[in-house]
Amino acid sequence: MKVHEYQARQILADAGVAVPSAEVITDAGAAASAYKKVVTEAGLGEGGLAVVKAQVHAGGRGKAGFVKLVKSAKEAEDAARFMLSNRMVSVQTGAEGIAVQKLLIAAGVDIAKEYYLAITTDRATRRNILIASSEGGVEIEEVAHKNPDAILKEPIHPLLGLQGHQARRLAFDLGFKGKQVNQAAKTMMALAKVYEEKDCSLAEINPLIVTKPTKEHPDGQVLAIDAKFNFDDNALFRHKDVQSLFDPSEENANELRAKEYELSYIQLSGEIGCLVNGAGLAMATMDIIKHEGGEPANFLDVGGGASEEAVTEGFRIILSDKSVKGVLVNIFGGIMRCDVIAQAVVNAAREVGFKVPLVVRLEGTNVEAGRKILEGAKSEMPTMQSATDLGDAARKVVAAVG
Amino acid sequence: MAILIDANTKVICQGITGSFGALHTRGCYHYGTKMVGGVTPGKGGTKDENNLPIFNTVAAAVRDTGADATMIFVPPPFTADAILEAMDAGIKTIIAVTEGVPVQDMVKVRAVLDENNAGKSVKDRTVLVGPNCPGVITPGPKTGSGESAKDPYTKSGCKIGIMPGYINTHRSESKLAKNVGIVSRSGTLTYEAVWQTSNLGLGQSTCVGIGGDPVRGFGFIDCLERFQADPDTDAILMIGEIGGTDEEAAADYITKHVTKPVASFIAGRTAPPGKRMGHAGAIISGGQGGADTKIAALKKANITVAETPADMGGAMARAMNLA
Repeated sequence: MKVHEYQARQILADAGVAVPSAEVITDAGAAASAYKKVVTEAGLGEGGLAVVKAQVHAGGRGKAGFVKLVKSAKEAEDAARFMLSNRMVSVQTGAEGIAVQKLLIAAGVDIAKEYYLAITTDRATRRNILIASSEGGVEIEEVAHKNPDAILKEPIHPLLGLQGHQARRLAFDLGFKGKQVNQAAKTMMALAKVYEEKDCSLAEINPLIVTKPTKEHPDGQVLAIDAKFNFDDNALFRHKDVQSLFDPSEENANELRAKEYELSYIQLSGEIGCLVNGAGLAMATMDIIKHEGGEPANFLDVGGGASEEAVTEGFRIILSDKSVKGVLVNIFGGIMRCDVIAQAVVNAAREVGFKVPLVVRLEGTNVEAGRKILEGAKSEMPTMQSATDLGDAARKVVAAVG
Repeated sequence: MAILIDANTKVICQGITGSFGALHTRGCYHYGTKMVGGVTPGKGGTKDENNLPIFNTVAAAVRDTGADATMIFVPPPFTADAILEAMDAGIKTIIAVTEGVPVQDMVKVRAVLDENNAGKSVKDRTVLVGPNCPGVITPGPKTGSGESAKDPYTKSGCKIGIMPGYINTHRSESKLAKNVGIVSRSGTLTYEAVWQTSNLGLGQSTCVGIGGDPVRGFGFIDCLERFQADPDTDAILMIGEIGGTDEEAAADYITKHVTKPVASFIAGRTAPPGKRMGHAGAIISGGQGGADTKIAALKKANITVAETPADMGGAMARAMNLA
């Protein structure tokens, strides 16, 4: 599960990480007072620099014009009005773009240097790992690619957690000076604590910055400017606070609908709808459709324990996608019984109707009973063909779609 | 011979009274697995529907039944604890079927397991397969209907998990009298591979579903090491998917240590980057773990790579010079 930047900032602030003052607004009319509040709190005064940022999960906000620097209440309001009344289109949103409902207005800071800080779980070493770089702010993946030495990696002990000496060493290695060292180390410790306590799969601060020296802070201040948290869906049951941050407006409506029935559905852009049991087989089914020259319209794993009702809902979801021109059902029954799937196919045919070609391939547990059910309802499903194996199924559906 | 489990393996089920635990205990029992009991805290002293004894703790179950393997079906919040309890009771083969276990739980479990296994020889190590896996099967020749424990499907096989047993073929029943060892990150794709190899006249020594989670127990290399050493395994079929770098590491291991023919398939070639395809494991990120890099690594190690999932059996046959 992903959360918004403003929510991630709050999690960091609660953990004791310093962040610039900021306000969240949902209405452009509130932008002017929010601007005044954050610049005053930051001691910048009227005319001080602030930033208005759209709160959406999709990236590419800056290039899309949905992150703007402003220097007055008027500019803040104009930026807010633009962002709340236009859809944001970026490389990550698709051409139709997305509506923006919340904005973050944060006080500007005088940046001396930018760093990158993140924690994730490294599959290869099966440990959480702290990743840090003194080349933050830019595309970190590009840094990792071009200059791997600029990325420091520190494994975190699975039972002890991140230790103070590790954080301090990293802070020195990253080039923090004077009072910055303890502030940076404290930030790392806080990030690691949040990561483990809240079952994150990614916790990232980018950039973590040092401000230019001032009278009160002769060594500058270490501040988290932007943050991103992803949480392990499997652990949400023990984090009611994290669950409450879920924003359904960020999710695809069909994907949410599928989730209610414990189906795993992802909408894609092709024309062949797929209903499969098992994630690996579902991916492999998409692969073979593409290999035969078609394009999958979705990934749909009905899992092992889905009821007839849930599978019928799966068909409803697939058929509600107007770009679907054919449907491929590929079931290798283990826990999932073929007769359950067959009955769901018949239900969906009766209720929604398969106007598009339907190819069904069944194998595994109760396959004979499943085939009998389909055979018995053949007259109700004129567009149905059965397939003998996976290759045959893919060829038939691609040919039928044309 | 086979790997991990055989007809002598004595198995308990942790979570035997849950709906899935009960269903698959019965399935394994009817297949011919030596099911000797189960564990549900609070229900110790009672019997399950198959008349198998239920215990309050794994330690009690081991003491009274001599169980040396466990099949775990407890709900995800309690799975880590169930694995640690099995380890504590001295069980050497732990198969965790449960899907949806928090990754941080597995990070801790894996650390304890690794500490326990450090410096031990292969046969002394505790094996954890899963979580989020279909289990392990060592097929035996069909000797019965499989409709009850009195008339099991086989008298000399062992199935621990949720896979259909009948699609597997014992060497003695295979046309080509050759055995493939199968290891896979995906459940149903394993069944597909078993089915295809059976249809081509091949038998299976053991099939291991290692599961799709990012942090798990048994991995490809653990499995390859055992298949290479197993005299009953003639060739190896390895089924991977996008995400992580285990397939790349396995390719490297095969180059150095595996002399038997190996074929492979990688699922997720067409999965869009950044999308999570059901398995927590199947995430492509940062240019690593994509299907193309995996396939390139496998080909470089002279492994026969199936172009499509319909070609897994075919690729295996080609690797064995049978086609």
